[in-house]
Amino acid sequence: MEDIEIVERLTQSEYKYGFTSDIKSDIAPKGLNEDVIRFISEKKKEPGFMLEWRLKAYRYWLKMKEPKWAKVHYPPIDYQDIYYYSAPKTVKEGPKSLDEVDPEIRRTFEKLGIPLTEQQRLAGVAVDAVLDSVSVATTFKDKLSALGIIFCSMSEAIQEHSELVEKYLGTVVPPTDNYFASLNSAVFSDGSFCYIPKGVRCPIELSTYFRINAKATGQFERTLIVAEEGSYVSYLEGCSAPMRDENQLHAAVVELIAEKNAEIKYSTVQNWYPGDKEGKGGIYNFVTKRGMCRGDHSKISWTQVETGSAITWKYPGCILKGDNSIGEFYSVALTNNYQQADTGTKMLHLGKNTKSRIVSKGISAGKGQNSYRGLVSVMPNAANSRNFSQCDSLLIGDKCGAHTFPYLDVGNKSSIVEHEATTSKISEDVMFYCRQRGISTEDAVSLIVNGYAKEVLNQLPMEFAVEAQKLLAVSLEGSVG
Amino acid sequence: MSLLKIENLQANVNGNQILKGIDLEVNTGEIHAIMGPNGSGKSTLANVLAGRDEYVVTGGKVTYLGKNLFDMSPEVRAREGIFLAFQYPVEIPGVSNANFMKTALNELRKYRNEEPLDAMDFLSLMKEKAALVEIDKTFLNRAVNEGFSGGEKKRNEIFQMAMLQPKLGILDETDSGLDIDALKIVANGVNKLSNANNAFVVITHYQRLLDYIIPDFVHVLYNGKIVKSGTKKLAFELEEKGYEWVKKEAVA
Repeated sequence: MEDIEIVERLTQSEYKYGFTSDIKSDIAPKGLNEDVIRFISEKKKEPGFMLEWRLKAYRYWLKMKEPKWAKVHYPPIDYQDIYYYSAPKTVKEGPKSLDEVDPEIRRTFEKLGIPLTEQQRLAGVAVDAVLDSVSVATTFKDKLSALGIIFCSMSEAIQEHSELVEKYLGTVVPPTDNYFASLNSAVFSDGSFCYIPKGVRCPIELSTYFRINAKATGQFERTLIVAEEGSYVSYLEGCSAPMRDENQLHAAVVELIAEKNAEIKYSTVQNWYPGDKEGKGGIYNFVTKRGMCRGDHSKISWTQVETGSAITWKYPGCILKGDNSIGEFYSVALTNNYQQADTGTKMLHLGKNTKSRIVSKGISAGKGQNSYRGLVSVMPNAANSRNFSQCDSLLIGDKCGAHTFPYLDVGNKSSIVEHEATTSKISEDVMFYCRQRGISTEDAVSLIVNGYAKEVLNQLPMEFAVEAQKLLAVSLEGSVG
Repeated sequence: MSLLKIENLQANVNGNQILKGIDLEVNTGEIHAIMGPNGSGKSTLANVLAGRDEYVVTGGKVTYLGKNLFDMSPEVRAREGIFLAFQYPVEIPGVSNANFMKTALNELRKYRNEEPLDAMDFLSLMKEKAALVEIDKTFLNRAVNEGFSGGEKKRNEIFQMAMLQPKLGILDETDSGLDIDALKIVANGVNKLSNANNAFVVITHYQRLLDYIIPDFVHVLYNGKIVKSGTKKLAFELEEKGYEWVKKEAVA
């Protein structure tokens, strides 16, 4: 860890990503009805099947009720008081190259530290950046298309690769899956699409950066990744939002499909605005992420570092359909001040000899509430399956809470499911020991927390692991002493 | 040069008065041994000097390098060169010894307006100091004290001390629970670190550590006060007559 940099970050701002950019937006009228959905579909020049798909989801959503089982509390959301589509005006036709991207948008991304220029080519990261609802630029396209890899915005995919989208969209997270997934299906405005052809190993990390910029705007991005037989891809998403007093809704859906012998590694560093110290403002992060190991010997691995959002409601899961397929979930969820997180995973074992591994590290500080909720379900036919779950909670201070809700459901006798859980506190003894070695309280907490989360952070691609470490330190600012 | 000057120091723990007026002056180049029976206030003295919260100073004053020690937070005391080798070193899971030491050393360097040590220099410094206390290189990648034996933990304390090169090293019963080989290694470490610009306060219950670390002064702490001070001979006398002898004299 670059400790000096962490110190610098600690002495810096509170939420350093909390700037707004002055970009003219093209927005749909406030509220949600079939006209708004038609407006979105038309704006995006979608083929007919998409509009039908959206309307079907919307009509289904109208009959659904918002889920209340999560251990989070928030005032009722007025779904008619949200803008469902906001596009930076200058992006109307979509940029042809980086030079065509609005300089103001580029400055926004530069402030975020997302490289859109030559530098990131050196860093080896292809970035698809989504500002509010529209994908702004996708780098690296040419290099990837030479390998047959498609990496583009979801809007573009719907237009250019509609047969693939039609084939896969909603196959893992159906439009009727749950309240927020249905809402997303109706109104999603952009997101990323990624297709790795048979036998291709994607040579670079693919990355999407999401940012909510416009006021009172919901963000509903949709990501779909398809890895054909024997292919491999590592994908990272990052996110941030400006500081605003009101709460903003983010309801994304991510679907992953891994065919025979394919592997998808999906990493998230989530840093949406968490609200201020009194719990005012912040993002409601209600996200559905699911991967399907369709083929035998396929593998899907989720890694998430969740430091932002006022409320997080998120259970990235794996459906282990193929025999010998593997699902993994590595998570660090941090709540400070008034943040609430109810997060975990679902591992559904359908195929024989399927394996899943869950490592969840919750960190609660301030008045934060952190819940792990996980389901491991082994179907009767999934003989010889294995699961190992490790759920740890770390408490900082005495006003926060940690909760664990593991659900285990084993349908045959040849499978083995193991669950381990620990709860620990950063003790006075450990703090004093660090301080006696000249390490300040803040740095000591950062050191201890990063040590605690190491097993998960190690799963992240190198440069993002460093970023995640710094985020943890910044997010814990003021939590002790 | 006067490094540490303790005058009439009194301190409470959980409302009980443990230190009842300690006077002690430590100059650079000196090694002081503080001996005494259990419960006499030895560890309290060490913790008060390091600045632990639960130890409340109720009177007296302590001057360190000409400044009021009590104006400094524990981390500032550490950066000013006070090192406490803990009687019960804690475990820090997931934080490697190397990372821990790198953080501590760079905090220290920052305090002195020095650049952080680069990775290569840091690594060679660690290897050099690890050799000093005869610990294996692999230990540097293990989490701080996690799964260490009692002896390893104490050697780790001396290793850290060697890394940070304090002006004032306080050893709080570092010898307790050590076998003779570990004891020799610990003592040897201290002897190699000792020079004309630093000083050590060695707190011990037993005389045997002083066979290997030769103190310039020996003080006997009893019932929160230093009741006897002398040279190395005093330690032998104690060994021979036992603490009962001091207790009787103190009462008399």
